Amino acid sequence: MKKLILIDDEPLARGLLAEYLSAHPDLEIVAECENGFEGVKAIAQHRPDLVFLDIQMPKINGFEMLELLTECPCVIFTTAFDEYALKAFEANAIDYLLKPFSQDRLNAAIAKWRLQAGKDSVKQELDTFLQTSARSPEEYKRIVVKQGNDIRILPVSEVLYLEAYDDYVKVYTRDQYFLKKKTMNYYEEVLDPSLFFRSHRSFILNIQHLTRIETLEKNSYIGILRNGFQVPISRSHYAQLKERLGL
Amino acid sequence: MLPVLQTLVLHRLGLDWNPALHDSLISNLILAFIGFETNLLYRFYQPGKENQMYRMLFGLAMAVFYCYILRFLPGYLLPGNQEYIAFLEASLPVRFVFALMVIFFITLYQWIRSQLTEQKEMERRAAESEQLMKEAELARLRQQLHPHFLFNSLNSINALIGRQPEAARKMTQQLSDFLRGTLKQEDKPVRLQEELDHLRLYLDIEKVRFGARLQIEFVTSPESLGLVLPALLLQPIVENAIKFGLYDVTEVVHIRIRTWQDGEFLCIEIQNPFDPKSEPATRGSGFGLSSVQRRLQLVFARKDLLITTRQENLFTTTLRIPTLK
Repeated sequence: MKKLILIDDEPLARGLLAEYLSAHPDLEIVAECENGFEGVKAIAQHRPDLVFLDIQMPKINGFEMLELLTECPCVIFTTAFDEYALKAFEANAIDYLLKPFSQDRLNAAIAKWRLQAGKDSVKQELDTFLQTSARSPEEYKRIVVKQGNDIRILPVSEVLYLEAYDDYVKVYTRDQYFLKKKTMNYYEEVLDPSLFFRSHRSFILNIQHLTRIETLEKNSYIGILRNGFQVPISRSHYAQLKERLGL
Repeated sequence: MLPVLQTLVLHRLGLDWNPALHDSLISNLILAFIGFETNLLYRFYQPGKENQMYRMLFGLAMAVFYCYILRFLPGYLLPGNQEYIAFLEASLPVRFVFALMVIFFITLYQWIRSQLTEQKEMERRAAESEQLMKEAELARLRQQLHPHFLFNSLNSINALIGRQPEAARKMTQQLSDFLRGTLKQEDKPVRLQEELDHLRLYLDIEKVRFGARLQIEFVTSPESLGLVLPALLLQPIVENAIKFGLYDVTEVVHIRIRTWQDGEFLCIEIQNPFDPKSEPATRGSGFGLSSVQRRLQLVFARKDLLITTRQENLFTTTLRIPTLK
């Protein structure tokens, strides 16, 4: 028996999926969730073999939910219309179903999953997909993070700076930091360039929180943030930053 | 008038009555003809900006032509009158300048006239294109179709077909009626009652989609139902309320629509829950509300008819609609 989880905020949409899936007796639906928070819990609890995931859902969307997972399951996306998601799928799709979809289309997606299941490549692909996918503009205004069992939605205005940390990025707020499995290049691309500045290979700072720039020694600079945090500014970026600040 | 005056002047200058009269009649006749022709020409043809020299050249040519005729014509009419011919030759420069001035004034008159007509024409065209743009914009604002809503509704119908075919049939009907209402072309004001009926179609579809999570409450005063408002004005506000309600809150979403009359204003209030802690930058007037704001501005030329307030976790949109003529 393979374990499945359905995550969609519309009960009828879940009902239809369940109905279609009853044609596959070896698949068992272990949980139905109506938002991302329930989804995170259910996935941690059941460790499913396959997840059907809607994109537009309350509070956090499907992509943001996946970012919160420590281990990424196999996912088939289901969505009605989301221009940003569609672009992402076209570039990196594992598989996705456009609502309304037919039994045949679902069967094809399942067949594709069976073929790939167990291969490491599936997880790898989902990771790259999340790293590179185009997102909707609302997502650039918040970062969803996990703190123990709680999920927090950080407005980007509360982020002071970001620092590269192995395969992760540390997202610093006033009093703590959160780890996100993303790249600096990803954040440099998606964060509003009028608010954030890549000051160093390993640092992005929030210009709004920058209070002054100190010269450490010749050709070496440090940005001091509102609460005293110090962020290195490399020589090549210093000139750009000066230009940005109109100096 | 002019020939008589000219005859008198010429006589005073020492010419006999006969040549003076002849001269006046002939020269004025020729000048009148030239003037008439110039007038006619400029009335139907105005040289372009780069051909302004043509006016001057034409004026000069006409004046030379005039003097040329004057110089030789009287020789045939009054042969042998040496005294007159000498006078004529002596006075040619004055006549030349006079003719030039007449032609110049006619040219100027027609030029000003053409400028005024052109300006009026331009104003008319500007007003017309503005009107067209306004209409097109209104049409666009009225007819925003939401693919997300449409595809999800079709998906719900698809889900219902298997288990509740009756409900699927009903929802198909509601969706069609709703779409037909949205596609209405004319921008006639409608009574609040009709607007709310259309809104109910939409809300019923959303209720099927979201089940018990979505609750709608109508509080309408009877006298407000007969008042009029621009068609499909409320749709984007309610969509907005549902969107923020459903995607901001994970619990049951309660939306309240209240309408009443306040003097000559029709007042409509739409309330939905929202999460004050989530990113404030994305709140405020989303696209839906700004399109309503724009429509109100186009119809009533006022910007203060839509007000939004937030109190704890309630987001309220209030509309005050003046009486439509």
